[in-house]
Order: sequence, then C-alpha cells, then structure tokens
Amino acid sequence: MAVETTAPAQAPALRLLRMTLNGRPVELEIAPRELLLPVLRDRLGMKGAKLSCDVQVCGACTVLLDGVPVSSCTTLAYEADGKSVETIEGLAHDGRLHPIQAAFIECGAFQCGFCTSGMILSTKALLAETARPTRDEIAAYLSGNICRCTGYWNIITAVEDAAGRLAGDGEEEGA
Amino acid sequence: MSHATTAPASEAVGRDVPRIDARIKATGEAKYAGDLVVPGMLYGRVWRSPAAHARIVRIDLNGADRAPGVVAVLTGADLSDIDPRYGHALKDRPLIAIDTVRFAGEPVVAVAAETQAAADDAMALIDVEFADLPVVATIDAALAEDAPHLHDTAALTPGLFHGLGKLTLEPGNVCYHHAFARGDVDALFAAADIVVEGEYEFPAVYQYAMEPHTTIAEWISDDEIVVHSSCQHPFLVRAELADLFGVPVANVRIVVPYLGGGFGSKSYTKMEPLTVALARKAKRPVRIANRVDESMVTTRRHGMKAWMRTAATRDGTLLAREARAWFDTGAYADNGPRVVATGADAAPGPYRWEAVKVDAWGVYTNTSPAGSYRAFGATHLQWCGELQVDEIGRRCGLDAVAMRERNLLEPGESVRPGGKPLDADLKGDIRKVAAALDWDAPKAPHVGRGVSVGLLAAGAHPVSTAFVRLEADGTATLLVSTTEVGQGARTVFSQIVAEELAMPVARVKVPGGDTDKTPYDRSTGASRSTTLAGMAVLRAAREVREQLAAIAARVFGLPEAAIELRAGAAWHEGEAVDYPALIAAHFGMVGGELMGRGEVRPDKGSGSYAEGPVFWEVCVGGVEAEIDPETGQVRLRKVVTVADVGKALNPKLVEAQEMGGSMQGIGNALYEEMLFDPHTGALQNATLFDYHVPTFADLPDAFASNIVENGDGPGPYGAKGVGEGALAGTTAAVATALADAGAVLDALPATPERVWRALRTRRDAAAD
Ligand code: FES
Ligand code: FES
Repeated sequence: MAVETTAPAQAPALRLLRMTLNGRPVELEIAPRELLLPVLRDRLGMKGAKLSCDVQVCGACTVLLDGVPVSSCTTLAYEADGKSVETIEGLAHDGRLHPIQAAFIECGAFQCGFCTSGMILSTKALLAETARPTRDEIAAYLSGNICRCTGYWNIITAVEDAAGRLAGDGEEEGA
Repeated sequence: MSHATTAPASEAVGRDVPRIDARIKATGEAKYAGDLVVPGMLYGRVWRSPAAHARIVRIDLNGADRAPGVVAVLTGADLSDIDPRYGHALKDRPLIAIDTVRFAGEPVVAVAAETQAAADDAMALIDVEFADLPVVATIDAALAEDAPHLHDTAALTPGLFHGLGKLTLEPGNVCYHHAFARGDVDALFAAADIVVEGEYEFPAVYQYAMEPHTTIAEWISDDEIVVHSSCQHPFLVRAELADLFGVPVANVRIVVPYLGGGFGSKSYTKMEPLTVALARKAKRPVRIANRVDESMVTTRRHGMKAWMRTAATRDGTLLAREARAWFDTGAYADNGPRVVATGADAAPGPYRWEAVKVDAWGVYTNTSPAGSYRAFGATHLQWCGELQVDEIGRRCGLDAVAMRERNLLEPGESVRPGGKPLDADLKGDIRKVAAALDWDAPKAPHVGRGVSVGLLAAGAHPVSTAFVRLEADGTATLLVSTTEVGQGARTVFSQIVAEELAMPVARVKVPGGDTDKTPYDRSTGASRSTTLAGMAVLRAAREVREQLAAIAARVFGLPEAAIELRAGAAWHEGEAVDYPALIAAHFGMVGGELMGRGEVRPDKGSGSYAEGPVFWEVCVGGVEAEIDPETGQVRLRKVVTVADVGKALNPKLVEAQEMGGSMQGIGNALYEEMLFDPHTGALQNATLFDYHVPTFADLPDAFASNIVENGDGPGPYGAKGVGEGALAGTTAAVATALADAGAVLDALPATPERVWRALRTRRDAAAD
C-alpha cells in the first residue's frame, strides 16, 4: 500500500523546509519524498499526530496547514514550506487547555485517544469557519475523521460545547 | 452530569469521575507503542506472501541484506534452533513461514534497518519463488471431500491456553468441534405446530483498532527479552514468548503503553514472536509497526455460515432449537476454538427450551487468520435465532416483545447445564427497549422496529491480582496489569481504591502494565476487567484499609470500631490523624509504605469454560429502521441499548462503552465485510477506501442507552462487565427491524442490494 519503495541510486538533493510550527519558526533539510507526518513525528518530536489508515480516510494524522485541516500522511512535507503548521502540541498554553480540549474531556469525547488529536484539530478548523455549527454540520465537517471507539455522539456534543466555550458562554455549563 | 453535593468526598464509586488519562490524551502526550523509541532501535518491515497456498521454492534476497541501512534479514531458515510454532489454542503457526505459506499476507521475510525507509526500500529487492498448492478459500471448499489439508491436524499440539477440554483432531480442515445436546430434538420437531428453518451467512470483519499492531522487541543477552507492545494480554504473550524461545518466564518482560483501541484484535499473541526473532537476529532492538493492510491480515472476525431451525407450539411457546455453524478461522486457529464454543453457546438464545442440539466447527481456509473481535459468537448467531423467534411470532400472531415475554429465561434459571444460572432480568431489559422505541406507536410504511436479546459468556478465566501501595504522603499507587485500551479501566480502578481508602480519586495513580512490575492478570477482554481485576483491586485496597485501621487504633489507643476512615484521615469524635501521620507513626520515620495484595481465582471448581461463565453479559438491542424500497438503502432512526451492569461504577464510562459497541454493531450489520477472492484467497478490500468503517455520516438519528443496576454482578459493589453486549444486541436488532420492515435477510451485512433483493423476494412470495 502507500509505502515509499523508490530506491534512489543516489541520495537526492536535500531541500530546505522553512515553516512555522505551533507559532515558532522551524528550518530543516528534507528529502523531496518525505511526507509531513513522519517529519513531524520522527524529526520534530510532534507525536500527537497518529498514523492509521495511511490513505487519507481516517483523519488520525490531521494537522492544520495555515489553519486548514490536512491529512499529513499523504501531504509532502515540502508543501508546508512557507506555511504555518499547527499540531495538537500547540493548543494548550502555559498548562491551560484549549477550550476544545476542555470540552472533549468534559463530554467524554474519546476513549483510546488515538483519533483525538486529529479530531480536535478538525474541530478547531470547523469552529474557525462556523462559530455555532448545528449537529448535522458538525457531523458533515468531521466525516473525514474516524473514531472507532466512541460511536461519535459524545464528540458532536463536545464540539457544541466547545463552540459555546469559545463564544464565551457561561464557563460552568453542565455543573 | 450531576453530582450529589451532599455526598462525602470519599464516595468515588458510582460517579462520573473524568478519565484519569483525559488530559494527556487531549493534549497528545499519551504514549502509544509507535511513539516510543528505544535506544539503538531499528525499524522492521515484513515481506508478505502474495500467494495464499504455496510451497516456498527459493527466497532470493537480491542483496536486500546488504542494502544501505539494512542490519538484519530474517527467514524461516534462521529458526532451526527452536520450535517456531505458537498459538495459544493450537500450536499451528510458525512465527514466519517455514517452507509453506497458507494465506496471502503471511510473513516470509522480515528486514530490520536503521530507518523505516531503508527497511521499506529493501522490500522491492526481495524475490520469492513459490510452487502453488491448491487454494481452499471458503468454508465449502475446505470441507469438500477432496480438499487439500492445510495442516497435519493429527500432529498438532494444544497451546498453552487451550482451556477447552480434550483435543481430538481428525485429519482434515476442522480445527475444533464444539457440540451439545439435551432433550429429544427430533421428536419435538416432528410434532411441532410451527417450524422455522433457515441458512445464514455472517461476513469476516476487521476490528479496525485505529492503532495498527505495533511491537518493539529487544533481545538483551542470550536469555532476556524486553517487549513493548500494543497487546491486551501481556501475561499470556510473556508465557508464549518464553515457551517459544526457551527462556524462563521471568526473563521476559512485556511493557504495555496506551493502546489505540483493541476490540480483541490485540488479544493473545500477534506480532510479538516475529519481532522478537528479528531482534534476536539483529542483536538490536527492533520495532515492527504494521500498516493497516497488514493488521487486516493479522487477525479478523470469523466469517460464518450456519443452518438453524426452531420449533414452537401454535400459541408461540418455543420448544426446540437445532443449529449447525461453521466458522472460517483462516489459515491458523488463533482464538478460533473459543469463538466456536462461544458461538455454539449463543445459538440457542436465552429461552426456555425442551430440547436443543448445537454443533459448531472451526474450519481452516487459505485466508488470513481469524481470532477475537468484540462480542464474538453472540454477534455471529444471535441475529439468526432472533429472526426465527420473530418469524414464529408472525405466524402465531404475537409481536416480538410478547414472544420474548412468553419465552425468555427468568433470573436463576439454568442457561446451560453445569454452568452459571441466569444472573440478569432479561424481560425487564426488553421492556425498557420497547418503551424507548415507543413500541406500540403506529409505523410509517417501510419502517420496522426490532428488538433482540442474547447472552454472552463473559469473564474468561477468573484469575487476576493487584497491589495497592499507600505512599508516605498519603497518595496511592495501584499496580494492576489490565491494559488501558480506551475502556477507562484505570479510571474505574482508581475509583475503587479511592472508595475503599476513603481518599480522593485524584490521589490514586495507576501506571501502565509492565510484567516486571505489575502483577499477574490473565487478560483484558471478555468484559472481565471491572468484574475480576476490579475485585482484585478492591481486595488489595481493603488490605491496606485494614492496616490503616489497626495503626489508627494504636495511635488513638482505641478499639478499631471507634475509628472512622474518611477524607484521607482516621477520625474519632472530630479528631483526625491523616494517613501520612499514621504511616509515619507506624514506621517511626517519614517514609515507608503500606502495601495490600488482592487476588481473584475460581471460588469453586477449576474456573474452566464449561463451569463458567463468571457472569452472563446481556446483549440487548432495539432498532427502528427505515428502508428506501427503491434502493434498499437503510436509515436507522433510533438505536437503543441496555447495559445490564449490576452496578455502574462510572455511569458515563458505561454509556461510552454502549455507544461505541453499538456503533460497531451498526457497522457489522450494515457495512463491514472483508472480501476474499474465492479462488485466490487474496483480500480484495485491504484499505479503508474499500472497507467501510462507520463514520459520522452513518450515525442513527437517535441513540438511547439504558443502564440497569440490579446489583446482581459478581464484581465490586455488585458490578458486572460491559462493552460487548451492545455490539451483538445492535447487530441482531438491525436484522429484526429490517425483517419487520419487510426485508428478511439471510446474510449480513445488509447492503442496499441485499435489502432490495430481500424486499423483492418477499413481495414475489406474497404475489404467488
Ligand atoms: S492516517 Fe492519514 S488519514 Fe488516516
Ligand atoms: S477514541 Fe479511540 S478511535 Fe476515537
């Protein structure tokens, strides 16, 4: 399946990749064939994005490229050149969770957690586009993210809850 | 979420305590096997057979062993010093192909390299010459008179955890036969007013834990093995590795990080033996991380075909059932024998029979091996039996609820001779489902409502141990080997410790399983952890509690009865001494720890499968479905489950298990099917493009889960396990609802084509 099996006779020329990763500039040399997910995970230590289907179906590897969710398993690392990349590691600040993370915890929106970073980042992109999505809109937007554990109900509830938190609704909902 | 504000802080059980791993999972910090890097680690890749049945004539590495970055290459020839066959039920599987391949996807060569890319690149160099053998890719082909035999069955030996009685294998492709009969089935069928008979097919299904199997193995010296693995049953893996490689059990260490789902796919031993063998050859740590297409051929749910008939009187009283079922276990038995036995047990359904006769067989075929997947056995056969109960109801004018009111077993009645009597109120459960479905409300055309009820023998072998350490500062460390697959076991256990030690949940730490540090637990599966490991945890905590009470009695100079443990301290009439002070008093210094040990083993008998189960897990579901008669498309308007859990230690986690299990049940009922080419045995839909796992788009319009707490479980505080029943219950209820809407299916999944054809068949029959 989607495994790189090109065996170059000579190492191809490396290219310089410059991007912003979670708000900080990063520069590194990459081979043209390198994909974004292994670069993030193995070279930059951002292990929150996960590899699952490897064919752009499941969304476990989702990161934000200039705010747009992409499957990093099938994105060339070089496509991030000059762009800003956001991973799950960039969401919490000074030990304070992002409201979407807090909502996911509060609503029980994950079990094993393997889909969670992708799910949260897709949610972030959704809520940046649509501040108050309906349940149907949430389901439609997130249909590129699979979760095998939860059955999705609690995720939709968490996205609604997160929308409320980001819109500044009472902090104590559900108390 | 509502918390009683008047409850004392120590009341931890029965509350929606947030998962103790919630924060690290929401921040991406939780570590899974693929996130770990062991110093010096190499990256493995497996060259897998394209042929489903062939003799290996020649393996030509074409320099793969000298390719840049490659450190070691392993083939069957490297294993001449050990018996390379393993299998917890039957030792039928070499850890890498020896001379013969028996399924497409079987490992033939494994490569370890400095980088994943180097290992991957080496694959293209390898060339293997095969001499084809005849392929039997289906149950029918495997059972044919002249079928080639995949194994010399007579020569097979039982695995370490066979546990299903005497092994009597005859030559052929049957790896296990489970049968039982009581009463005079033939006489009852001959005299019955109503007989319903049918043949059924259930597909092979991929568990799709989102994290594919991942193992890191290290061969430290000639006889020490360290493995980090995504495994559900670390102690069984440890025992199998020790057995395979001929080292003492104590020399094998299995460390289990967080798992990205399991659902049975990571039960027993999977990629560990091959990874250890490769590390042994490389003399370096090696990681093998399966891709999804590799995990799909590592283990799967059994495909099944069955014949079943049911007899009843004309007033709807069930009399007798007879069933035969054949389970396609693929090229190796894996957990097939247990699946066959559990399936046979599920065939009668929880009804009062005058006679039953069931035969079930596990059949070898040249397809990828099948093992455990959530609610195995029950998911295979419950829907068949429930369709027949409803058909009898239709013939005698009783609806589905009335049929079950009339025929279901009552609590305390025998489910199978010699086994545990029924420990659940099934009629009450069905009434709840019917109420949630608004059972008597009028239905629009093409809308059907269905219920289903079944039982699953749960708990597996009842052996678990746990240690609780109360540290000098009053925090607690719980050592227990249950694998955190996502079910929330560590959270529930921390609640039990907090409850018993009258302390806040947040002060209980539960590290991951590590066979060098955490004590023996048989397995994580069969919905057993809360009930069995949870009981060991409770007993361990109680031992610490007793020590605290005795120390407090000495400190206060009072009898124990005059002292109460509450909120992290011992109290007497408003005077409190906290746990750190008690521990300091006990040891005469600041330091030390109190330690408690808890153990669960069979109360009586041997704990064998025949004497079990630990409890009956209830598989109840209700569905309202709508069929588009033009296309056969199914829309689920409502799905209802019942978690009959005795006592919900964490209701939110129980509900989460129900919703997740039910969604998988929807996938099994409507979408999921691994397609093997009937001639070549190759898996044809080995990506998530072609194998459809339910997404947000497949959600039912409404979902309701009911938690039933009758305190009738054998676990802590009357709890019993949960997590599997919703799958079987939902799958069967989808089938009964579709039948109610006019599409009586004899094969799952209920694809639009099958539903459309089933509707036509019935319309044509009505027109005749
Ligand atoms: S791993 Fe990238 S979409 Fe599934
Ligand atoms: S929480 Fe396990 S896949 Fe979503």
